[in-house]
Amino acid sequence: MALLTIKNLTVQFATATGPFTAVDGIDVSVDREEVLAIVGESGSGKSVSKLAVMGLLPDTATVTADEMTFDGRNLLAMTPAERRRLIGREITMIFQEPIASLNPSFTVGFQIEEVLRLNLGMDRRAAHARALELFRAVGIPEPESKLKAYPHQMSGGQCQRVMIAMAIATNPRLLIADEPTTALDVTIQKQILDLLMKLQETHGMALILITHDMGVVAETADRVVVQYKGRKMEEADVLRLFEAPQHPYTRALLSALPENATGDRLPTVSEFMAAEGAE
Amino acid sequence: MSIVVEGKAVTQDYHVPGGMFARARTVRAVKGVDFTVEKGKTLAIVGESGSGKSTLARIVALIDAPSGGVLKIEGQEVDIGRKRLTSQMRSKVQMVFQNPYGSLNPRQKVGDVLMEPLQLNTSLPASERRERAEAMLAKVGLAPEHFNRYPHMFSGGQRQRIAIARALMLNPTLLVLDEPVSALDLSVQAQVLNLLADLQEEFELTYVFISHDLSVVRYIADDVLVMNQGEAVEQGTREAVFADPQHPYTRQLFAATPITSVETIRARVERRREILAARHAG
Amino acid sequence: MTDTTVKLSDAAIRRRMLADFWFYFRQNKGAVAGLVVFALLVLVAIFAPLLAPHDPTQQYRDALLAPPIWQEGGKSGFLLGTDAVGRDMLSRLIYGAQYSLFIGIVVVSIALTGGIIIGLLAGFFGGWVDTVIMRVMDVVLAFPSLLLALVLVAILGPGLTNAMIAIAIVYQPHFARLTRAAVMGEKAREYVTAARVAGAGNLRLMFRTILPNCLAPLIVQATLSFSSAVLDSAALGFLGMGAQPPASEWGTMLAEAREFILRAWWVVTFPGLAILTSVLAINLMGDGLRDALDPKLKRS
Repeated sequence: MALLTIKNLTVQFATATGPFTAVDGIDVSVDREEVLAIVGESGSGKSVSKLAVMGLLPDTATVTADEMTFDGRNLLAMTPAERRRLIGREITMIFQEPIASLNPSFTVGFQIEEVLRLNLGMDRRAAHARALELFRAVGIPEPESKLKAYPHQMSGGQCQRVMIAMAIATNPRLLIADEPTTALDVTIQKQILDLLMKLQETHGMALILITHDMGVVAETADRVVVQYKGRKMEEADVLRLFEAPQHPYTRALLSALPENATGDRLPTVSEFMAAEGAE
Repeated sequence: MSIVVEGKAVTQDYHVPGGMFARARTVRAVKGVDFTVEKGKTLAIVGESGSGKSTLARIVALIDAPSGGVLKIEGQEVDIGRKRLTSQMRSKVQMVFQNPYGSLNPRQKVGDVLMEPLQLNTSLPASERRERAEAMLAKVGLAPEHFNRYPHMFSGGQRQRIAIARALMLNPTLLVLDEPVSALDLSVQAQVLNLLADLQEEFELTYVFISHDLSVVRYIADDVLVMNQGEAVEQGTREAVFADPQHPYTRQLFAATPITSVETIRARVERRREILAARHAG
Repeated sequence: MTDTTVKLSDAAIRRRMLADFWFYFRQNKGAVAGLVVFALLVLVAIFAPLLAPHDPTQQYRDALLAPPIWQEGGKSGFLLGTDAVGRDMLSRLIYGAQYSLFIGIVVVSIALTGGIIIGLLAGFFGGWVDTVIMRVMDVVLAFPSLLLALVLVAILGPGLTNAMIAIAIVYQPHFARLTRAAVMGEKAREYVTAARVAGAGNLRLMFRTILPNCLAPLIVQATLSFSSAVLDSAALGFLGMGAQPPASEWGTMLAEAREFILRAWWVVTFPGLAILTSVLAINLMGDGLRDALDPKLKRS
């Protein structure tokens, strides 16, 4: 049974030039223990649908959906307070800019202990012990002293590890990672992706990975949703997607990868779409 | 083959002023790098953040003066620290920046962006400047009616085309490209890489291409220079470096680059299935 | 042929940018109200000779301290009554709008020009130039603004011109600081380096490349300073250091009316209201401008 089910999600923004549809009738579902990658380029609405689920969109957005359930509970019928309780405990997130996602005025230890105290009602000592344990789990060297560090004293990779530690602190059922490695170097990206996969496998949580990078998809996903201009183009198992992409857009994306270049020129998406006669 | 740009033992030091608690110190960002690029070729400088690759790019683009070493452009030694750069030399070396959203002045119309280098470095009349700018706009795949628009009306890929057009206005021999495609979407990245390849062929341009993305480097480079913490750890032709990387850091970089081949994905999926099965059994 | 298409799209672009601006400005109802009031104020100032029923300095000896027309004893022809020497209040208020606008424009232009140049120098060159300039500005800022203006007027001698110069000097550091902060932020942006690579020298970088990108906060500050200038010059006028009688400047009018506060409410209330409404309107408009011009608040 699916953990998160969204049916016919549409998100519209009011702008100066009239309403703009960022997400147009998208269905997504994630199973327990599954890694789902949502791939798309900028403007594909891949981040907007996540924010809609979390209820984090600004007032100018109108969100409609036929169904939005998490573990059998209807998200649409929930009060904001109920939704907030669910988010942060059972659904957690990590973001693209790890350093900017942490409050620069407090130590990382204080921030993670705050999460534990507020969400799990732990006392100070238990929270500290649990924070140490989490820091070890996400592979932060010298966890005891790093708990006292401020975000600006840590590297981007370490900050992302702290974010991950915070996100798994409550043993969530679903972790949403929005471009978790885009701001990081390749060698750090590798470490962070390996860590995410290891945690996913040991904790058995579901993972939604939002990315623009086909390489990241290839290294992590079980199933892939390809989005383009707010619509879903294709949904397939990762192997099938790379082996035999069905939609012309997916084929175009894969052939635009420089490592797949066959001749002197890279085929571009627009050429590809034109050649295939799509849109 | 003539050599367009040559660097010998190029170093760059940054002075970090002391604060209330820290003492002032000097950080060496580039530690004596040698390189040469022949006419019409592409040298890719690969490295991660903090490797000094962008610092080196700014030196080659004649923006910052190096702290030490010699930089020669077409055999002529250039030291902007001691002598003001001549318009002639400025015209030879141009640069394209990483972020097309930051490298175009938001209050400058595209036409003015393109005409500015001509206005500052040549004595061409206004009508001629305009003609050349329009021709260049067409060359990079934009339309003449884009001439009077502002940068924010364009997509990232279009903006990078404008930035490339600006760099080409002075007919440079050397183009320094600082991560020109890393801020772009995959599909747009392909278009811009194609454009760069076409332009190189047409104008016999020499590229110094800064990148962190090995797959892009493999596609575009003739020679590769791998930098780590200010040092050039490996240097060679693309074939040599990719086929047989010598330095451990280069190997580490290769190992970390995601692979999108079907075989690797299949192997990973298999492995994962076993792990999950073991978890459920246990 | 191409020229016509270019021109067409040019106009279309300007229209679109204007429409965008108006869309965001309109979101703020207070700002729109402020704009309307301010526009009325400008119109009143421009057409003062047509609108005013009387000459503002003409003294009607038979109607000293006549109350407004709706009150008992009000005289027809003097809608808002007359002051202690029989001058028509309404006419004086209408002409007073001219003074207020004139003061605002002059003060803001002087302070803005000086502040921009000083701030650009400090922000662009940094180092000791910055330190020296900013310490001087700090000294100016350390004085209460009205007190400093008073001192300056005392040195220069009372009068509207000197009052305006004094207020402009007092306001200058605000503009200098704002410009400096904006310049320092913009200077680090890539397009500035790009312009340098294109061959631009320091002067061009400062005035052509960086300055246009720093204008949005300056416009907002200029609007808000406009109202403060009106207020401060009124205060100086009230203290007898600004515009001198018989000028119908609102602050001076208040000062002249001081002794009649208890006997004739209208001679103090109306100039006070005029100052209040115009300052409020301009401030509201400034807030709206900030919202509409600040790209960080835009969502697209």
